[in-house]
Amino acid sequence: MYLDFETSGDKLILVLSGELDHHSAEEVRNKIDDIINRVGTNKVIMDFANVTFMDSSGIGVIIGRYKKLTMKNGTLCITRVKGSVERVFELSGLFKIIKVYKTLEEAVNII
Amino acid sequence: MYDNMMKIEFLSKSQNESFARVAVAAFASQLDPTVEEISDVKTAVSEAVTNAIIHGYGEKEDGIVVIEVGLNKNQIEITVKDEGCGIDDINRAREPLYTSRPDLERSGMGFTVMESFMDSVEIESNQNVGTRIHMKKIFSSL
Repeated sequence: MYLDFETSGDKLILVLSGELDHHSAEEVRNKIDDIINRVGTNKVIMDFANVTFMDSSGIGVIIGRYKKLTMKNGTLCITRVKGSVERVFELSGLFKIIKVYKTLEEAVNII
Repeated sequence: MYDNMMKIEFLSKSQNESFARVAVAAFASQLDPTVEEISDVKTAVSEAVTNAIIHGYGEKEDGIVVIEVGLNKNQIEITVKDEGCGIDDINRAREPLYTSRPDLERSGMGFTVMESFMDSVEIESNQNVGTRIHMKKIFSSL
């Protein structure tokens, strides 16, 4: 899994690419935490447009980041999930606690 | 018994999770499933294999995970087996959000995903002997 990021004002956009499973989760969670600390922002957008596969390990990564950000009164939102990745999200009930947006633009404007 | 079958075994290393998904998907493709059906199967296999690696073998990389896939008309049967520590309480394990490893940031949704994406999931497990997950799915024909 590849991780890229950009900032938009006080918001951090994390762009994930590839497969998010147990194997890639370890590396990704450390990289994400590292970027969030370095950029020093509290508003994080995780973009899933280029995520081709995700199982419940990915849900674990998202929940972990959500908990850490919430403890600092931060916000986490998700953008552009599709296909089976979206269905795994729905199954986990994560949509009820983490906002999901169809476009990056929407997310950047709202959070 | 099956029209066609295959069996693979590999070390309980997490880098083999992707291989397992692709191998089962490649074998299943002869039944002409839809993109969604193949995604479902790959996700279910990923969950079962991850469980064998993290829970069955406690992340030790020298265990063997076995996957057997049988095809019968338009039905796929997938068995994922390990000789790991076994499941203490199968009913508990099946509960959504329950995980025996919260320290690993696990979501506890593995079995829920398998049960949602496959038509049926059977679990057999004995402590210190191993675990066997048997899943079936019927691919809708065109």
